[in-house]
Amino acid sequence: MTVGLEHYLVVSVMLFALGLTGVIVRRSVLVIYMSLELMLNAANLALVAFSRFTNNLDGQVFVFFVITVAAAEVSVGLALIVALYRKRQAAHVEDLRTLKL
Amino acid sequence: MQDILFYIFAFLTLVFGFLVIANPFSRNPVTSAMFLVLTIVSMAGLFVLLHAFFLAAVQILVYAGAVMVLFLFVIMLLDLRAEERRRFKVLAVIGGVISAGAILLIFLRSLLSTPLGASDTPTLEGGTFELGKLLFTQYVLPFEIVSILLLVAIVGVVLLSKKELK
Repeated sequence: MTVGLEHYLVVSVMLFALGLTGVIVRRSVLVIYMSLELMLNAANLALVAFSRFTNNLDGQVFVFFVITVAAAEVSVGLALIVALYRKRQAAHVEDLRTLKL
Repeated sequence: MQDILFYIFAFLTLVFGFLVIANPFSRNPVTSAMFLVLTIVSMAGLFVLLHAFFLAAVQILVYAGAVMVLFLFVIMLLDLRAEERRRFKVLAVIGGVISAGAILLIFLRSLLSTPLGASDTPTLEGGTFELGKLLFTQYVLPFEIVSILLLVAIVGVVLLSKKELK
């Protein structure tokens, strides 16, 4: 059976579910963040697969923008985590119950 | 040949992705970050199989290079010894697996019951030339806006990293 769009989409969906499980199960802020990256990557894979199999390059341009925005988001998020850690000495969601510093 | 490569890369992506969120041998975030790098690299392999050569290169350069180095720096800045001693909460694990599994089932069912309308002989090539041409003609405005977004991110990070937050 030749590999088609469905195969790539199934991989993408499974990766997304893995990332979602990580966000729910893990309690460390950093690992939650990595699981978010996993979910973003799953969405990217779906976009590239659709772009390839519908002969339309727009999907790949969109993935390019997603990667850029993800890079900006990671830098800001990690800066927030570091600032929070300086104030609270905690990087664990159960220790971070309030937003107030 | 390509089909075999697809199965290899898909398998590697999913196994490494699983090891990111639940590694049976180590709870250290550094291991998770390393496995995330491997996930991203094998996903770049999938991109190559989809003829998205430019995105595969960007994936490795930006994600595996820049973003993951940032992650590793932050992990090493924080002292995360306490994290390794904590146990998983059984209820959280069960709830997480059930909810994510439910979403997985919904996605898979809707995926398999929908006619996708994909062409059987894809001819699209996602090289630098094709993508660059599109990026600088049709998508030039979003491209410029993204540069402003990056500038905002830089300013925000510098502000957040100052010693005293006011």
